[in-house]
Amino acid sequence: MHRLNSPRTGGLMALVAVIAVLPLFFPNNFYFDVAILAGFNAIVCIGLNLLIGYAGQISLGHAGFLGLGAYSSAVLTTHLGWPPFLAMAVGAVATGLLAFLVARPILKLKGHYLAMATLGLGIIISIVMNQEEELTGGPDGMTVPPLTAFGYEIYGEQIWYWVVGVLLVFCVWLALNIIESPVGRSLKAVHGSEVAAEVSGVDTGHYKALVFVISAVFASLAGSLGAHYTGFVTPADVGFFKSIELVTMVVLGGMASTYGAVIGAAILTVLPQLLTQFEEYEHMIFGLILMLVMIFMPKGLVPSLIGKILNRPAAQQEDAAS
Amino acid sequence: MSLLKVENLSKVFGGVHAVEDLSFTINQGKIHSIIGPNGAGKTTLFNLITGIYTPTQGRIAFDDKDIVGLAPYQLAALGMSRTFQNLQIFFNMSALENVMVGLHLHLDRRLFPALFRLGGIAAKESQAEEEAADLMRFVGLGQYVGSESSSMPYGALKRLEIARAMAAKSRILLLDEPAAGLNPSETAEIDELIRKISETGVTVVLVEHDMHLVMGISDHILVLDYGKKLAEGTAREVRANPDVIAAYLGSGAIGGGHAA
Amino acid sequence: MLAEFLQFLFSGVTVGAAYALVALGFSIIYNASYVINFAQGEFVMLGGMATVALISAGLPMPIAVFLAVMITVGIGLLLEKLTIEPARDSSVVTMIIITIGASIFLRGLAQVVLDKEFHALPPFTGDEPIIILGASLLPQSIWVLVGMVVLVTIMVFFFGHTKLGKAMLASAHNPLAAQLVGINTKQILMLSFGLSAMLGAMGGVLIAPISATYYEVGIMLGLKGFCASILGGLGNFSGAILGGLIVGIAEAMGAGYISSEYKDAIAFVIILLVLFFMPSGLLGRPGTDRV
Repeated sequence: MHRLNSPRTGGLMALVAVIAVLPLFFPNNFYFDVAILAGFNAIVCIGLNLLIGYAGQISLGHAGFLGLGAYSSAVLTTHLGWPPFLAMAVGAVATGLLAFLVARPILKLKGHYLAMATLGLGIIISIVMNQEEELTGGPDGMTVPPLTAFGYEIYGEQIWYWVVGVLLVFCVWLALNIIESPVGRSLKAVHGSEVAAEVSGVDTGHYKALVFVISAVFASLAGSLGAHYTGFVTPADVGFFKSIELVTMVVLGGMASTYGAVIGAAILTVLPQLLTQFEEYEHMIFGLILMLVMIFMPKGLVPSLIGKILNRPAAQQEDAAS
Repeated sequence: MSLLKVENLSKVFGGVHAVEDLSFTINQGKIHSIIGPNGAGKTTLFNLITGIYTPTQGRIAFDDKDIVGLAPYQLAALGMSRTFQNLQIFFNMSALENVMVGLHLHLDRRLFPALFRLGGIAAKESQAEEEAADLMRFVGLGQYVGSESSSMPYGALKRLEIARAMAAKSRILLLDEPAAGLNPSETAEIDELIRKISETGVTVVLVEHDMHLVMGISDHILVLDYGKKLAEGTAREVRANPDVIAAYLGSGAIGGGHAA
Repeated sequence: MLAEFLQFLFSGVTVGAAYALVALGFSIIYNASYVINFAQGEFVMLGGMATVALISAGLPMPIAVFLAVMITVGIGLLLEKLTIEPARDSSVVTMIIITIGASIFLRGLAQVVLDKEFHALPPFTGDEPIIILGASLLPQSIWVLVGMVVLVTIMVFFFGHTKLGKAMLASAHNPLAAQLVGINTKQILMLSFGLSAMLGAMGGVLIAPISATYYEVGIMLGLKGFCASILGGLGNFSGAILGGLIVGIAEAMGAGYISSEYKDAIAFVIILLVLFFMPSGLLGRPGTDRV
């Protein structure tokens, strides 16, 4: 019996190898820093890809969940003196709970209506963070203490790099496990044809809510860790444009491809760093690249390139979130 | 005994009765057909029975249990499955995975075992693959077991939907125009397939335009016209019914051959 | 009491009129292409910013306004031709990212070609407020309202009484049938972007004397205009206008009576509540899946 799924062990080994070898090419800590940020983005995108790429449900508000994680860690450790891991866990549970509460009504919507609702949710969250100055420091943001556990403090790019690397591999493994199970198949079925999924016994409302909560929790955890790493968080870091950036990472890498999400996150984290040398033209060029890639590779890099390598049209993917 | 009982069922769309005061019973086993001119309300009826539409009025009982208001996935769990007139294939999956979705109700659907690959998920998955492949072979799609659904021809996709519906191991299987768009030899193969399915003990309900197929295969026929019951009975009884002849007058379809 | 209420109402209706024009732009493009153009707010920004730049270059205001609108329309047409048309068959998400890419590009362009400063246009006819029952109404607000009414009337006439307008509506309802009767759907797509750009730019010019314009002004305007068009039912023209006014008034009332800090959140709270309870907007048709 052949297996149609991607060779999971091969992919995971390749990812481990890349993470292990990369530091050999890093001349200074700045490179580690960018890699770590790419790792955090990748973790969010792996979750978001389950929602957008697999289940076909768009979200333009996931930075809100990222923000809930980041601010839970910031506020609970700073104002209440909680230990970081407890704050992180509470943040994740709270984010998951919020996602669960809104999932049913929001995910009844489709296409642009769903885009609008998730966008609105994300914006409302970022406005709250902007306005509750006593708690969050307002638009200026707030500092976040370093991550400590059992008396040890995780500090410095070189240590964080390995922490994030291990977490990333773990998250990829989790995502692959979900995808290659009846749960993952149900998500894809929701994407392919909701009505056919329903009559096959798939409770589509349940699975949409499930994947929404999973992706929100991924975002929340990455947000918490990222806040501890950078030591600072502002509402702009978790606002509308962050949401768009995350979606773009997923689509750029290639929807319904976990490694695509990782690659998309890496590219879009590195790209702005490269573009800073263009100074005031930075945004123009960034916008231009977004448009060009989406026009010429609408299915994203990984599926398009695989298609080219195999010398056939990229694997037919049904329209996402339609 | 009656497996499906429809009583005084009505569905109104913007003032128009798509189905009006319809009552009938479908007994366990055998092959049942629902026929009628275009717009007679056949697909609407399927959508009402399978929970996709909610009736405006009336009662539907499956196995003596009132099922109005239940969601399609709940009906699937009770043992009801169907195919669609305009294909509803999961084009983002392989053919085999399409059928595996049909097995959904019989697999371990919990998140945590899946997340950490516990509880023998991997073994159960390959077992499910085997089962799905067997079903594909049963419906005559053996050659497509390794195919992407998006690369399969139309006729094969029709059968892929049947395989997916069968995977649920349901007690009643509703087929919405399984022969539509097929050529005569493909239709003959579908004819054979439906008989084979019926022999496994599944109750088959068919909506079909191909009168040749319907008249030859059905143990019981329900004729609809403008959402109402026009006639009911065996193929012989229905064909002799003056109302049915009047409704089909001019189409020449009722005597046999292919409907337009 | 009444004066205060009227004051909020005036400012709500004024800004609501601007939202309405943006929402109308969303709906026109949506009808022609099922694309949500996230660069809609940038048309508003370009209209205002280009007028400011042309005036400071020494042109008289009417000519500056005319040129600014024409430039924006040109950009709208180019946007359609160069980015939307080549990507016609892409998924919803892909199209969203393309138009967001376009909005980032246009903001970058404005920032480079024009500048990053705040600007205000001079009011068209003086800034002496008119006092009505104790509430003051700026003459420019009247300009905004009259401008909106005129533009909407032109649109109603265009879509109801001209061959081209009817062709646009027809191809919105059934693109294939429209193509079969000889309507050039490609042209209509371009035209829809031109029209939306024009409406946006005019809105931008009208509102610029009241709320300052700068290169990022289009972001919130665009998002709230999107709210308004969804609120009224995507693709529904009267719904877009109604939605714009509702969002504008609710925002002004909310800011006045509840919390000025959460003013920007009001539109999004409304839209979430509406979508939860009326998933197809106020005037939208409920969609049924045909299977």
